[in-house]
Amino acid sequence: MPPHRRTLVQEEALGPLPWAVVLVLALDTATPTLVAGLARWSPDGATEVLAERAVPSGNRHAELLTVAVTDVLRDAGLALADVTAVVTGLGPGPFTGLRVGVVTAAAIGDARGLPVVGVCSLDAVGSGVRTVVTDARRKEVYWAAYDAAGARTDGPGVVRPEELAVTGPVVGDARFAERLGVEVTPAEVTTAGLVRAAAPQLADPSSAAPLVPLYLRRPDAVPPTSFKPVTTS
Amino acid sequence: MSEPLVLGFETSCDETGVGLVRGQTLLSDALATSVAEHERFGGVVPEIASRAHLEAMVPTVHRALAEAGVRASDVDAVAVTAGPGLTGALLVGLAAAKAYALALDTPLYGVNHLAAHVAVDELQHGTLAEPSLALLVSGGHSSLLLVPDLAREVQSLGRTIDDAAGEAFDKVARVLGLPFPGGPPIDRAAREGDPQAIGFPRGLTGPRDAPYDFSFSGLKTAVARWVEARQRAGEPVPVADVAASFQEAVADVLTAKAVRACRDHGVDHLVLGGGVAANSRLRALAEERCAAAGIVLRVPSPRLCTDNGAMVAALGSRLVSSGVAPSSPDVGADSSLPIDVVTR
Ligand SMILES: [Zn+2]
Repeated sequence: MPPHRRTLVQEEALGPLPWAVVLVLALDTATPTLVAGLARWSPDGATEVLAERAVPSGNRHAELLTVAVTDVLRDAGLALADVTAVVTGLGPGPFTGLRVGVVTAAAIGDARGLPVVGVCSLDAVGSGVRTVVTDARRKEVYWAAYDAAGARTDGPGVVRPEELAVTGPVVGDARFAERLGVEVTPAEVTTAGLVRAAAPQLADPSSAAPLVPLYLRRPDAVPPTSFKPVTTS
Repeated sequence: MSEPLVLGFETSCDETGVGLVRGQTLLSDALATSVAEHERFGGVVPEIASRAHLEAMVPTVHRALAEAGVRASDVDAVAVTAGPGLTGALLVGLAAAKAYALALDTPLYGVNHLAAHVAVDELQHGTLAEPSLALLVSGGHSSLLLVPDLAREVQSLGRTIDDAAGEAFDKVARVLGLPFPGGPPIDRAAREGDPQAIGFPRGLTGPRDAPYDFSFSGLKTAVARWVEARQRAGEPVPVADVAASFQEAVADVLTAKAVRACRDHGVDHLVLGGGVAANSRLRALAEERCAAAGIVLRVPSPRLCTDNGAMVAALGSRLVSSGVAPSSPDVGADSSLPIDVVTR
């Protein structure tokens, strides 16, 4: 799908981070479980998760996300002023919830002058060679495939599970096992996964892509070909 | 000590509004709109509006700060529309506002969009007389409110039982081949027309009807029938006369009911708000009838009548100065937030 017309969100590009160790606030609202985490990341690839909240918030992401951020800061004994970068999942995921995480990350980054890095949320589910599936509603799944090094080789896409040809292990939303015809190892978005997926952009935030959600579907709206007369509608 | 600086967010429909207010002083009112993207659908498409809000959010905040000449760190409180409105659209503004409030370490007020339409008038005409009556008419709402205390108590006297007045404008504009949204082109076309040319019905004005409720569905259908009958007969449609007569019917009902509500409740101040309050005939008729009834009419400038962030900041500022407690950190949006909830 082509990138959406206008792009947001972070207007000025930021140069390489001057810090050897980056304190990352990681957020994701692409699935029914919102994730807020704090992690120390260093350019040698070491990631230490300091605090994490995974809240099964359903459609209450907007209510609970900033609360979860406050909670992980308290858990880690840190303040938002200590955070040096924000990572957010860009989906794919149900649109309304997905936007909550993206706009929250953009706003926190803007207010505190922090780089904000967006990653494909599926990249943060499981590790190694795998196919990731999450609930796309409407009897479809969001999916992506990864090689042994963990690099995405196909996707993200949205498809009916019956039409998804998978080889190798499948992780993610296990409710789709039957319709996929394979075993699905339950796995969810994690702070470690988000930070791992963000590593190249954290190493050089000027390379960070615009924070554009991976909607994968167009808005449900069909322009009327002709308007019916009001009196017969 | 200077008065508090309040940052307001409004995303209940298709306008991304971010405004800054200090006390009752308007500092900035930055707006992005997705209205052009909805035109070909003949109405606001919620998902398109929500996507546009996300894209516009941070740049609109930057514009608001730049226009006001302040820094984000100067902000003392954040206010955001928590409802009523389109859920997906509301949630973008709510999440953004909560994030700014968290990152700037300020209190957050989730507020009622309709009360904000009333509050915005304080930026132009000073502290509201209390009680006041408010007539709010737009594409999304048609409401008659009694406002004993803008910070704490707003009561609904009446509302539309079917279409909002602005929706009727959109549908009539479509019937007449005028662009979306229908308010401004109908207002323009009506200037050349005769408001008495066609006697369109006045909904809910019978002696047994609810005195303060509105209905615009019958009017819309009557206009469409009238126009379609002309078209079927192969006769030209007198667009200006239809527009003027339709607009007259809307303005007549709205102002008659508002003035009656003022009289019945012993209130001598009326505030207009909402996009339809920009309609020239509604303003003129409201002035005429209020003057005759000894009612002081307050109408914000058209720019502030339509949805914007400054109105939310204005209500936020009023809440701060009235000592109202901020919202809880887990405040959510409510697409049908009742008007008696000024802040949640
Ligand atoms: Zn409005």
